[in-house]
Amino acid sequence: MGGGVTLRGFGWRHAGRRAWALRGVDLRVERGERVLLLGPSGAGKSTLLAALAGLLPEDSGEHEGTIEIDGRSAAEARERVGIVFQDPQSQLVMARSGDDVAFGLENRGVAADQIWPRVDEALHRVGFPYHRDRPTAALSGGEQQRLALAGVLVLRPDLLLLDEPTANLDPAGAALIRAALTRAVDADTTLILVEHRVAEALPLVDRVVVLEPGGGVRADGPPEAVFAAHGDTLAAEGVWVPGREIPPRRATGPAGEVLLTAEKLGQPSRLAPIDLTVRAGEALAVLGPNGAGKSTLALALGGLLRPGTGRLTASPELAGVDSRTAPHRWRAPALTRRIGSVFQNPEHQFVTGTVFDELALGPRRTGASEAAVRDRVTDLLSRLRLDRLAAANPYTLSGGEARRLSVATALATAPRLLICDEPTFGQDRRTWRELVDLLADLRDAGNGLVAVTHDAEFVAALADRTLALAPPAVAQR
Amino acid sequence: MISVEPFARSDAPLARRNPVAKLAAAMLFAFPLMATLDPVAPAIAIAVELAVLPLFGVRPALLVRRAWPLLAAAVGILVTLVLFAADRSGRVLFDAGPVVVTSGVLITALGLVLRLFAVALPGVIVFATTDPTDLADALVQNAKAPARFAIGALAAFRLVPLLGQEWQMITMARRARGVEAGRSPVARMRLFVSTAFTLLVGAIRRGTRLAVAMDARGFDSGLPRTFARRQHFGVADWLLIVGATAIAGAALAVSVALGTFRPLIG
Repeated sequence: MGGGVTLRGFGWRHAGRRAWALRGVDLRVERGERVLLLGPSGAGKSTLLAALAGLLPEDSGEHEGTIEIDGRSAAEARERVGIVFQDPQSQLVMARSGDDVAFGLENRGVAADQIWPRVDEALHRVGFPYHRDRPTAALSGGEQQRLALAGVLVLRPDLLLLDEPTANLDPAGAALIRAALTRAVDADTTLILVEHRVAEALPLVDRVVVLEPGGGVRADGPPEAVFAAHGDTLAAEGVWVPGREIPPRRATGPAGEVLLTAEKLGQPSRLAPIDLTVRAGEALAVLGPNGAGKSTLALALGGLLRPGTGRLTASPELAGVDSRTAPHRWRAPALTRRIGSVFQNPEHQFVTGTVFDELALGPRRTGASEAAVRDRVTDLLSRLRLDRLAAANPYTLSGGEARRLSVATALATAPRLLICDEPTFGQDRRTWRELVDLLADLRDAGNGLVAVTHDAEFVAALADRTLALAPPAVAQR
Repeated sequence: MISVEPFARSDAPLARRNPVAKLAAAMLFAFPLMATLDPVAPAIAIAVELAVLPLFGVRPALLVRRAWPLLAAAVGILVTLVLFAADRSGRVLFDAGPVVVTSGVLITALGLVLRLFAVALPGVIVFATTDPTDLADALVQNAKAPARFAIGALAAFRLVPLLGQEWQMITMARRARGVEAGRSPVARMRLFVSTAFTLLVGAIRRGTRLAVAMDARGFDSGLPRTFARRQHFGVADWLLIVGATAIAGAALAVSVALGTFRPLIG
């Protein structure tokens, strides 16, 4: 048994990059310790986990210093280390749940007669509620992530690495994973966790290590001591330090005229029929558990999906010359001047090769002059801290940058109504605050705002009205 | 949605055979039929294929639904040949100016359409009755295919249904950006290419992440893999292969005996 980790002056630079992702890290973690690894975006947290997991091949970059797990190099210690990543979809290998847990055992050459008892034991430990033949595609995100955890725990790692395991999950799914971690990880397993949502992660850890973006370790110790000394700086850098309230941004005036009216709007097997109105100068938050059809509702309100049942009517003020037709039948350039949509995955919306062109696309399509386009783009770039990246390819942006860009592209055509699907998902505190301010400004300028979200803090900070969708009466897939 | 799930009852006698045996039988059954251009041999083969459907547990209605691209291709062949066939021998059946439909044209077209069905249906039946996981397991265990290839392909295959959903999302996201093809075919083509590019970028990223996650669980450990699910290859599997080959041979023999055999080459 082992699980002790020693880093001496460790650094890593990805091939083709000028800057070091990680540098000068000295760290000693004893067997059985539970460590929360913190640091602003770009401090190299995920790179450090990948290095510990032996997933940085020598030819993919340059390293300095040493990394040792029980006196062996990370590459040699691979079989003693397990890692769980963010996205459950790209961790599951097999079509049936039990087969997926068995995958690692097969790879390690475990005898066939030992495989199924160990699989069942691991599934039991993480509280997997179904038979092992359950198709992985039929699981919710939280259940899939539990399964991914079982697939790692079944290999009995001495060192367990968790790279934001709950970032892609709704609150209920995230709670499932934390509960599974609490009950499933042995006391002598070393745990190193990277997590944005510090408050939720604290019950799992007894030590906090803060990485310094320029290199080295900024702080290391018990959570209370680290946050007492560095809490303010960390919060300003975007870390969700617990116990720091963010002032709410309520509407400054009463809601204005109705923009959209939905009557019995629904989509068979995805969204139960619903009545609602969307008003100018008001932020409406749509809540509800996974599978209640929140994203479907956002698409329908955005004029992107033909309503399966019922009707969606735009007010004459919003619809302009198209007041006789429903939004899903409007031509795209007209739609984007009236209703903007921000998708959960920003990359789905990127169409061009540079950040500048991405922002210019909407205004150009709606027929603005080149000078007006330039002014508008320059303004948005500076407001969203993207000026430095004007020439960058949208696909190379970090998560926070991509999110800011996707919101900015929707704002570029100055739509009267903005629909956002999980705009704050997985964002650090700094981007989060910027988004709240930006959306609040938009609303206070008299525009309509609908946000589909799981984020309770976001709702508390911004929403003037909430609408909770009920889960579908019969769960259908 | 692209459906890749098997759609047959899995307890039917031939559906239960080893996936590698089914695949080999389908190939050995279909390949000999390619050697002839006549309609008789493929017609016999199709009759046999339809006759064994119950043994594979495939319901005909479902087969039609799954095989509709074949029907579309068949119509395409018919139309193309009627319009463009060089050989217009035989009795004139229908004369519409530049298009002369003769019995020779129709027989050639019929032969091609029957060949298409005779060759493609065995594959449709095999994939309808085979769980992809079982196929990958059998390829590794019984056909000695490299595990890295077979299991890797299986993992990638699992992501295929996601691509359909992803395509819809990208299309809607683009409409939200004001990007829509409208009626112009050129604009449609450009939008198709750029949507495909976005889809590809996403697929490559997801595939890369999946590959890393697989290696983190020892997929690249280099140790000999063990098998959680054993695939058996027995006498019945050999019989299936031999039987399929024999029937294909018999279909060709009938065609030769009737004098309709027209070799593809020569």
